[in-house]
Amino acid sequence: MTDARASGGGSQSTPPPVDEHARVEAAPGKGGGRPNGAGILGRVGEARHLGLVVALVLLAVVGLVTTPGSFATSSNLVSILALASTIGVITVGMTFVIIGGGIDLSVGAIMALASVWATTLATQSYGPWVMSICAILVGTGAGLLNGFLISYGRMVPFIATLAMLVAARGLAQRMSDRRTQLVQPDNNAIVELSTTRVLGLPLLVYIFAFVVIIGWIVLNRTTFGRRTYAVGGNPEAARLAGIDVRRHTMMLYALSGLCCGIAAVIIMARTTTGSSTHGDLYELDAIAAVIIGGTLLTGGRGTIIGSILGLLIFTLITNLFILNGLNTSDQLIAKGLIIVIAVLLQRRSLETRT
Amino acid sequence: MSDLLVMRGIVKQFPGVRALDGVDLDVRAGEVHCLLGQNGAGKSTLIKILAGAHRPDEGTITLGGEEVRFANPIAAIKSGISTIYQELDLVDGLSVAENIFLGHEQAAYGFTRRGEMNKEASKLLGRLGHGEIRPTREVGRLSSAGKQIVSMARALSHETRLIVMDEPSAALAHDEVGNLFRVIRDLTAQGVAVVYISHRLEEIREIGDRVTVLKDGRTAAVGLPARETPTSTVVSLMTGRDVEYVFPQRPAPGSHEGRPEVLKVEGLTVAGHFADVSFSVREGEIVGLAGLVGSGRSEIVEAVYGARRPSTGRVVLSGETVRTGSTTRSVRLGMGLAPEERKSQALLMNESVGRNITIAGLGRYARFGWVDRRAEREAADRLVKTLDIRPPDSRRPIRTLSGGNQQKAVFARWLVEGRKLLLLDEPTRGVDVGARAELYAVIRRLADEGVGVLLVSSEVPEVLGLADRVLVLREGKVIHQSDARDLDESRVLDMIMEGSAL
Ligand SMILES: Nc1ncnc2c1ncn2[C@@H]1O[C@H](COP(=O)(O)OP(=O)(O)OP(=O)(O)O)[C@@H](O)[C@H]1O
Ligand SMILES: [Mg+2]
Repeated sequence: MTDARASGGGSQSTPPPVDEHARVEAAPGKGGGRPNGAGILGRVGEARHLGLVVALVLLAVVGLVTTPGSFATSSNLVSILALASTIGVITVGMTFVIIGGGIDLSVGAIMALASVWATTLATQSYGPWVMSICAILVGTGAGLLNGFLISYGRMVPFIATLAMLVAARGLAQRMSDRRTQLVQPDNNAIVELSTTRVLGLPLLVYIFAFVVIIGWIVLNRTTFGRRTYAVGGNPEAARLAGIDVRRHTMMLYALSGLCCGIAAVIIMARTTTGSSTHGDLYELDAIAAVIIGGTLLTGGRGTIIGSILGLLIFTLITNLFILNGLNTSDQLIAKGLIIVIAVLLQRRSLETRT
Repeated sequence: MSDLLVMRGIVKQFPGVRALDGVDLDVRAGEVHCLLGQNGAGKSTLIKILAGAHRPDEGTITLGGEEVRFANPIAAIKSGISTIYQELDLVDGLSVAENIFLGHEQAAYGFTRRGEMNKEASKLLGRLGHGEIRPTREVGRLSSAGKQIVSMARALSHETRLIVMDEPSAALAHDEVGNLFRVIRDLTAQGVAVVYISHRLEEIREIGDRVTVLKDGRTAAVGLPARETPTSTVVSLMTGRDVEYVFPQRPAPGSHEGRPEVLKVEGLTVAGHFADVSFSVREGEIVGLAGLVGSGRSEIVEAVYGARRPSTGRVVLSGETVRTGSTTRSVRLGMGLAPEERKSQALLMNESVGRNITIAGLGRYARFGWVDRRAEREAADRLVKTLDIRPPDSRRPIRTLSGGNQQKAVFARWLVEGRKLLLLDEPTRGVDVGARAELYAVIRRLADEGVGVLLVSSEVPEVLGLADRVLVLREGKVIHQSDARDLDESRVLDMIMEGSAL
């Protein structure tokens, strides 16, 4: 009987896929689909990032035209990248959390707390390494607590991380007495991350690049990354497929906290301080960058590259407004518009996929 | 007699697949018109075009003598076509009544009139033989059969001339199908036409008037008389060859006797679903669970898998106690579950076919967490081939596959080495006649290799034909247990329905 089926199956004609080399996979679930052969799927996927790249180029052109003297200088480009590095590292963690179906509002506050903890005189007495490790541990610990409340305490991510936002800022204020804590001259090694340059770029930009690359690898090449998509896309299916959804979710928030810890090191390097006011509203920038980058807020879909492009767009806008001497209110309005446009475009690409 | 609906030369091209390639369909008022075809033949695509959910690339639709063109589903509903889709499309967070009247809420001055909606909903549910479903209940808490009934009530809530039902019986048990047929007869008596899709040929005989057969996106036969056309003719029109609807050879009765027990369930109880259930599955044995929807079948399977917390009782897999609440551990111990509802419980809709297949055993293609994508792809390709999933491309997004092919992918997930016990909850839901025989063969082959299988199916002949031993359930209790060969369909039906309203 098996044989009958097999031979029958062989002689049967299903319409063959048009393009054998179609890289559907290159566009994980992106699938805009004009009815033109499977190959287009892959191309549309790239085209989405292409849109972001085009936007970035346009902004650069605007910069060149409006402020030809100051935009294209190496010092300006370096400051753009340095600015992007801090939120960029946070954005990587945020991308994981959002793909996994959650949200983390506490990133800015956790970063502030980590920077304060690492710059207390007690911590500083152990030297720059311990300071960095302290920042990273504090970040990871706070993230782990978020994750624990969400997965095992069954709290809604929005609420759990909102509580963490408030509490972490409060704790940071308490520890620092609302004073800005300077990095001591003995620990100047931390500050050197921003002053030492390799190939013209400060070291902290390399840290950022490193985090992005590791993030990309983890998301795309490891079981952890693949399960993140599954957990965000359909948690019940993930659970029934044997994935420990709760533990995984907890890890995602811990990862986000870890990124906040790294970001704290970067902000200490850039500002030479630890402060409870660091990272104010960073959560909004990070979430916006992730969304502009094409990650679905409902989870299950998204890319690191998209998030980083989204972040660069945001940073570039800030930079252009500053260079042109425009006020920050207009800058906020522009950013708001960009989010709306990006989400509308996303919606369109979702709709055309039927 | 003039036709209510005429579809001519419908063409629909998807990326890489021509789903419909010039299909014709004629439906008369007051008839039950059956649409048959293999998985991926284009049935769902055709009815989505009719429902305004897809737009055809070519072809015309004439409804009641006028040519129509539906820009969206609302336009189709307004012209009197309502549709029950193959995949449930209810909003889990809303109540039963809210779901039924979604999009056409009964409202006054912008406020919904809950009382009236609930009353209307009750009436519709009562008509479907389910007055017991409370209209205020949240839909997410219903079983999948319950959801199916709600989406039927939704279709009935519109003024309609034509109701399209895409595999409405796939989620229903025997008695439910009876209710459904009663409703269909009511409707047709009032002159409403019904387009009915099912892979169960005996249903077509019972309810159908005429049959249209699709094959590979083309019309293979139009307007065949549903009762007179021999099954063999229908099947060979669908498949282009002869398929025998047979079950694989079973080992001799009692041949499992001495073999070790893979699964032992002792006094298992989930309050409100089933009580004090004990049984075992031996190596190489297929044990079937027969019972109505709501008899606790799926809940037993989920409790065995550790996905549902039992109130009392114990589940032992090859000597190790299964910890509840940890499906991860169950999988590690060698279990696998193909759940009942593929869309909400099994599929990752954003991902490719291949990734859907490999997600459960991702660890086996990875070293230190690093996925070997080549090994993964090869495994996926092999399974796509084994189960003849179409189109045969593991990189295609799974949401573009037909329902039956998605179902095969869910099953494929567990066709990996190292499984000791497979829990199959409606494994053939939506799978066509030919592919079904193939799935049966695969399941039997697994058993012959020593895997224990626990099979749940709403189709009694499937349980009787495939299983070695059968447990009959009624209202959460095991009321009978015996070798499958000692039972026949009518006896099992008698047992499971005894004391129920029918
Ligand atoms: N959105 C889509 N994008 C690409 N291809 C699609 C899409 N929807 C359906 N297809 C393809 O169109 C063909 C017909 O699918 P359809 O769902 O109509 O089959 P079906 O007859 O309903 O099968 P089943 O009995 O399994 O439900 C299949 O080859 C399927 O893969
Ligand atoms: Mg279908």
